[in-house]
Amino acid sequence: MSIDRALRGVGGALDDRFHGAKGFRYLLRKVFPDHWTFLLGEIALYSFIILLLTGTFLTFFFQPSMTEVVYHGSYTHLNGVRMSQAYASTLNISFDVRGGLLIRQIHHWAADLFVAAILAHMLRIFFTGAYRKPREANWLIGLTLFTLALLEGLFGYSLPDDLLSGAGLRITEGVLQSIPIVGTYLAFFLFGGAYPGTVIIPRMYILHVLLIPALILALITAHLFLMFFQKHTQMPGKGRTNTNVVGAPTYPYFMAKTGAFFFFTFGVTALAATFAQINPIWLYGPYNPVGISSGSQPDFYMGFLEGSLRIMPAWQWVVFGHTFAFNVFIPALLPLGLIITGAALWPFLEQWITGDKREHHLNDRPRNAPTRTAIGMTAVTFYGVLWLEGANDVLADHLDVPLYTITWIARIAIFVVPWFTYIITKRICLGLQRKDLHLLEHGVETGIIRQLPSGEFIEETRPVDEEARAVLESRPEPLPLPAGDDAERDNVPAPSMRGTVGRVRGRMNKVLTESVPLTGHGNGYGAPHGDGHGNGHAELGDGHDEHARAGVQAGRPGESGTGEDGGSGSQGQGSGQPDN
Amino acid sequence: MTDSNSGTPQPGVPEGEARAVPHRVIGTPAPAEARTMLRPEAESKPPAPRELPSDPPDPRHAKNAERLVSALFILAFLGGAAFIAAYLIFQVHSVEGTLHSNWGLGISMSVVFLALGAGATIWVRHLMPTVELTEERHPMRSADADREAFAETFAEGADTSQFVKRPLVRRTLIAATVPLAIAPIFVLRDLGPLPRKSLNTTVWRKGIRLIEYTTNRPLTPADFSSPGGMITVAPEGFQDDFDAMAKAAVIIIKFRPEQLQPPTVMNWTVDGIVAYSKICTHVGCPAALYEQTTHRILCPCHQSTFDATRGAEVIFGPATRPLPQLPITTDSQGFLIAQSDFHEPVGPSYWERG
Repeated sequence: MSIDRALRGVGGALDDRFHGAKGFRYLLRKVFPDHWTFLLGEIALYSFIILLLTGTFLTFFFQPSMTEVVYHGSYTHLNGVRMSQAYASTLNISFDVRGGLLIRQIHHWAADLFVAAILAHMLRIFFTGAYRKPREANWLIGLTLFTLALLEGLFGYSLPDDLLSGAGLRITEGVLQSIPIVGTYLAFFLFGGAYPGTVIIPRMYILHVLLIPALILALITAHLFLMFFQKHTQMPGKGRTNTNVVGAPTYPYFMAKTGAFFFFTFGVTALAATFAQINPIWLYGPYNPVGISSGSQPDFYMGFLEGSLRIMPAWQWVVFGHTFAFNVFIPALLPLGLIITGAALWPFLEQWITGDKREHHLNDRPRNAPTRTAIGMTAVTFYGVLWLEGANDVLADHLDVPLYTITWIARIAIFVVPWFTYIITKRICLGLQRKDLHLLEHGVETGIIRQLPSGEFIEETRPVDEEARAVLESRPEPLPLPAGDDAERDNVPAPSMRGTVGRVRGRMNKVLTESVPLTGHGNGYGAPHGDGHGNGHAELGDGHDEHARAGVQAGRPGESGTGEDGGSGSQGQGSGQPDN
Repeated sequence: MTDSNSGTPQPGVPEGEARAVPHRVIGTPAPAEARTMLRPEAESKPPAPRELPSDPPDPRHAKNAERLVSALFILAFLGGAAFIAAYLIFQVHSVEGTLHSNWGLGISMSVVFLALGAGATIWVRHLMPTVELTEERHPMRSADADREAFAETFAEGADTSQFVKRPLVRRTLIAATVPLAIAPIFVLRDLGPLPRKSLNTTVWRKGIRLIEYTTNRPLTPADFSSPGGMITVAPEGFQDDFDAMAKAAVIIIKFRPEQLQPPTVMNWTVDGIVAYSKICTHVGCPAALYEQTTHRILCPCHQSTFDATRGAEVIFGPATRPLPQLPITTDSQGFLIAQSDFHEPVGPSYWERG
């Protein structure tokens, strides 16, 4: 009881000063929806916290200086070797500071995990449509964070000034130089003169430990605030609609869960740092501009840029005494530019094509947006081919295939694979939609075979349970666009649908909204909805049973659905939903 | 604090509290409770129904979970103690010692975090009763009246500020900020010198000896008795100068003179010894791999491949230009020297290169 009184005392004193009781009470009860994919963003957040903690430790010992020293230390293989202070102090962190190696390796593993988690989180957001209105701003913040994370990583692993990271810096310099008009200036300003110079490590250091982390931290704060303020999206399920949030309250559930997840993230990076050696700079040796080791690979998140440089044919123009080094600046800037710009514009493009300006808080299942999912997978395979090509020498070695063959395969694959992926992904999504429809119509197979009095054998099915049905039926109905040029003759096309732009919009709309209609022929659940909103998207919880019943009665057997699923539709009614 | 309990002797003190101290003598301090700002627990209103259940449904299951969670927390405690012990026991300053220290610290640290994580997870999932709450979601869009009020307030402010009405003030203010916006570009100018022509040349000059990069030994043609591998060389006196070496690094390969074909410049070779820039013309990595049987020089970064017998022409990969050939000859003592600098810029392409 005394603890209770003490807490009340403290709480009262705080409230006297900050007037927090009402707001914080709401905070404690704020509902967080749950889904395993929601953890991906948390992994990114917690890796960043781990990076801040371990990074601070490393700054106590690291010396960002390119002053040359002769090493005499605990790593005796390099005794007497000339190296920069940055490299020597990294050796000291590894071999002369207790826990230094562990913290350094946790820092590096956490950096890899940070970018990997951001990538996975971004894919989740894209494939579930969680970037839709009102969350476009948070999507853009996320893309900026991703770009900053790549830059932060590049600067971070360049700091030890070892032979491997030095090659990365040399490539950075070559890429900067290749940019038309301003390239050499950019390179000279970054490196403080000719490469390598003596200022690049201290300059990258201050960017790596102060400027970029501050930007990341500020953007993460904005990211989380918006997530909090707009409330988290939720996956479809029973009782989950576009106008509610279903889940566990922050206190004590979400707090305990997310705290546990922080510990797991830290534990896993610590485990990796204990048993999996990463970036053993003492094996690479100190940087010099003449040496390099074969089979050198950057950190995984730079792999796609590396592959992009490797895949590019040797194209170059010299026009009026000026060099356009297409072989360098195109592969260095185009893929990242394509992916980031495409991702940034996509939410707005999608809104324009679909005409859908509604708020969306209930996530899509990827199969229910076949074209979006296909486009996403196209980007994934585009990135994937470049990423694999970034390790073409390693692949050639392991697969025993000639190096140039691999590069040629990649040069073709970069165009063919994403295209095939688009088609196949869309087919898979439409197929999965049909499977869902089949489940709704016919129910779940029970494996029980029954003989009818007539001698006919039928298999019994039982209807899917409520939870599964809510998931299966969740699909926002696309909004009809205003009539376009291709409408009936007597219809005057809407102004926004006229002309070339309007026709393109209409055509893209057809592609983007292609789906197997849930309200198919003879589908017992496919009641005509007056709200134009679709099941699970509006008031699913209460309206759901009436819809189902109405659907059976108004089963419109004569009207054609898509044709593909029409044939089996009528059977489903009898065996699939006996309880209706 | 309200005065709702008007029947009590002291304002703000509810009935129950007042009855607990019936005989208060005038002039003595009131009991502590009377002065707290918080509303005491016993309110006249009945408490709102609980939203969260207080206990999990199965007490036996919960008891087991409680034991397991505690065991994990004890494990985390032991792990933490082991971490401190490992820090004190394992010394570093050697590869072996670092390895042991890394294991000791890493394993104990992992145990702490993983046990805490597992404990907390089991706690949530098996000790706390399962709940699912539903919260209403309201449209982000404000009510029309609020939007209208905002727009009016904003317009009113703009009007009162005279910003709209007095274009002189507005335009001069905008003009005042223009130099500020450009100033940072000037401030950053001193980040580095201008490139000018510096990328076009290297430190190689007529008469500079070629020395083997690691041994710093000057080379004579006799050092290459038979055709063979590739040697990295530096201009004598510049072997430790990174800025110079980043452009001036050279590779030399010995061929039988009849092996060398155009566009190799034969006048720039000595007895079939040919010198090329080591800096890849793609993005500047050292082209450090040489395959003796096929005479191919390969850059390990992006696999640009050059034919060493044909003036280092590009056979494959993203590089657009051959590795520039360094004109070499021998001096009076028979050592290999440069005839001049490279006749074209080395390394990656750049705008001004042409």
